[in-house]
Amino acid sequence: MTKVFVPMDSAALSMGANEVAQAITDQATKSGLDVTVVRNGSRGMLWLEPLVEVETEAGRIGYANVSADQIPDLIATGLLSGSSHDSCLGLVEELDFLKNQTRITFARVGVTDPLSLVDYEANGGLKGLRNAIAMTPAKIVDEVTDSGLRGRGGAGFPAGIKWKTVLNTESDQKYICCNADEGDSGTFADRMLMEGDPFTLIEGMIIAGIAVGATQGLIYVRSEYPHAIDVLNQAIQIAIEHKVLGTSVLGSEFSFNLEVRVGAGSYVCGEETAMLESLEGKRGMVRAKPPIPALVGLFGKPTVINNVMTLAAVPMILADGAASYQSFGVDRSRGTQVFQLAGNILRGGIVELPFGITLGDLVNKVGGGTHSGRPVKTVQIGGPLGAYLGVESWDVPMGYESLAEVGGMLGHGGIVIFDDTVNMAKQARFAMEFCAEESCGKCTPCRIGSTRGVEVIDRIVAGEEQAKNLELLEDLCEVMTDGSLCAMGGLTPLPVRSALKLFPADFGIKVEVK
Amino acid sequence: MSNFSEESILNYLGPYKGDGSAVLRSLQLVQELLGYVPDSALDIIAKNSNVSRAEVYGVFTFYSDFRSTPPAKAVVKVCVAEACQASGSASLISELHDKGYDIHKGNIKDDIQMEQTFCLGNCALGPAAMVNGAPIGRATCAKIFAATSAVTA
Repeated sequence: MTKVFVPMDSAALSMGANEVAQAITDQATKSGLDVTVVRNGSRGMLWLEPLVEVETEAGRIGYANVSADQIPDLIATGLLSGSSHDSCLGLVEELDFLKNQTRITFARVGVTDPLSLVDYEANGGLKGLRNAIAMTPAKIVDEVTDSGLRGRGGAGFPAGIKWKTVLNTESDQKYICCNADEGDSGTFADRMLMEGDPFTLIEGMIIAGIAVGATQGLIYVRSEYPHAIDVLNQAIQIAIEHKVLGTSVLGSEFSFNLEVRVGAGSYVCGEETAMLESLEGKRGMVRAKPPIPALVGLFGKPTVINNVMTLAAVPMILADGAASYQSFGVDRSRGTQVFQLAGNILRGGIVELPFGITLGDLVNKVGGGTHSGRPVKTVQIGGPLGAYLGVESWDVPMGYESLAEVGGMLGHGGIVIFDDTVNMAKQARFAMEFCAEESCGKCTPCRIGSTRGVEVIDRIVAGEEQAKNLELLEDLCEVMTDGSLCAMGGLTPLPVRSALKLFPADFGIKVEVK
Repeated sequence: MSNFSEESILNYLGPYKGDGSAVLRSLQLVQELLGYVPDSALDIIAKNSNVSRAEVYGVFTFYSDFRSTPPAKAVVKVCVAEACQASGSASLISELHDKGYDIHKGNIKDDIQMEQTFCLGNCALGPAAMVNGAPIGRATCAKIFAATSAVTA
């Protein structure tokens, strides 16, 4: 029997992976070949999708950009024995892009069958949970604190400290809420993990529940991710059947239930308090903090809110110990970061590495520069609310503090690459437009400032009283930054100001920008 | 799709009777059932969830997924966010516009409706689109219309 892997990740599906899988099955049946098609996650080398892999004695051999109509020919020329062909890449794990990575959170993504609990356990799964069950809650929290794990959603708050607050708060009910409302353009790591290795997230959430004394978990997934929702629901069902979830987690005295909740097309619901409102069935209006959700969260109860990547790092920390995770990274940015190369990039996809690689190496060496072949003009890191950086920032090491020093923000680790055809005045205008579209409306600077921002940028570009309007824009940015409750209004000035500062010529500016 | 009775909706929302925190899920269920949320369903949800119609209306209008009129047979979501802008979404959008589809308005033509969306999570293979939930990477007009004709036929 030959095992053939065809990813069922959305990115692979978007390039025809389902048709390829079907063609392989059809051809095998027609020719009487003994083939099992495994639907794995994606390896994260998205420019190669659909990437078909064949298991051989030497290892898994890859074939890039396979289309369904190529299948009869590929099989005839020996695809099933891993023979060479124009699209053959050789051993997938020996490819530079993969070989040079440190896959911890993404260790199993693309390797295993996402919905096989047997596969999951055979590849190190559930070890962290078993360890956690044997530990005291306080000890679990200590491990997470000692690992140096910080919130991967964007804010970078130490996960262990958040957990400790919830652990130490008395309540009849506590919640674990996973923020899977991955709305930032240029980010897709959460989606790929949920589709490619959902049990890791489930295990991380159960460990969090045991650590803080919560018995109910909720995963808030955006509706733009129908496939991830489907995979998660199936995985949860399998976990319940195998008693990984339920009243007695792996036969222990701990109980943990998990449910997927679906968003309804609102970017601001990725903000944690808006997400809580949405989970309570309401409009996604941002709440004022304090009180912090760790004390007063979902339905007023103490709640751990963590991003998918944060929770998915937990099983490994509990399996291999805090020191192992802590040994990666630089300064106060410990562990690995799952970078996402997106936009106009030659080799786009998932790059999991310890913090500290420089921006330039990531974009040029790993990513290979632009897809269009033109020079890179700018990159936007950390989603629509992240700053634009120019090529003069190539030497900046990727970490929370190091990026902040150059006015940037790591956010969720997404990097969108633009070539030299981009007009930065348009990008700045879009940032304001997006804010106007997605603002929840609670804070005036965000709700109204964003609309005024679009108008002021239009006037600057039109050359109307530039000095006066630049001053007005600066003033507006200051009010939005200081006068908004959350990052939506508070950080929208970041892409606007950075675009203006780096590329004033795109705005048609004749006066000097302060 | 417009043939529905209050009973059938109430039946569908049964598990959430009296649950004021289920307004969003109730709206989602109705849209799943009917393809859109007719005005009369707002009253039914209000009654079932034991909240005011204003509260239901507030939730309904906050989220961009909800529609008050039936969708076309093929609903195309086209990403307008940064990563797809960097990959040439603007020219795709203008080609679609030339074919009579304004993604900002979401007009229906020939059983097809095109709408803007902010990010489909396929940011390395932009421009990204989605036809009735099925993702399309490196989207072109040709790819999009091939997918729509498969569902409108």
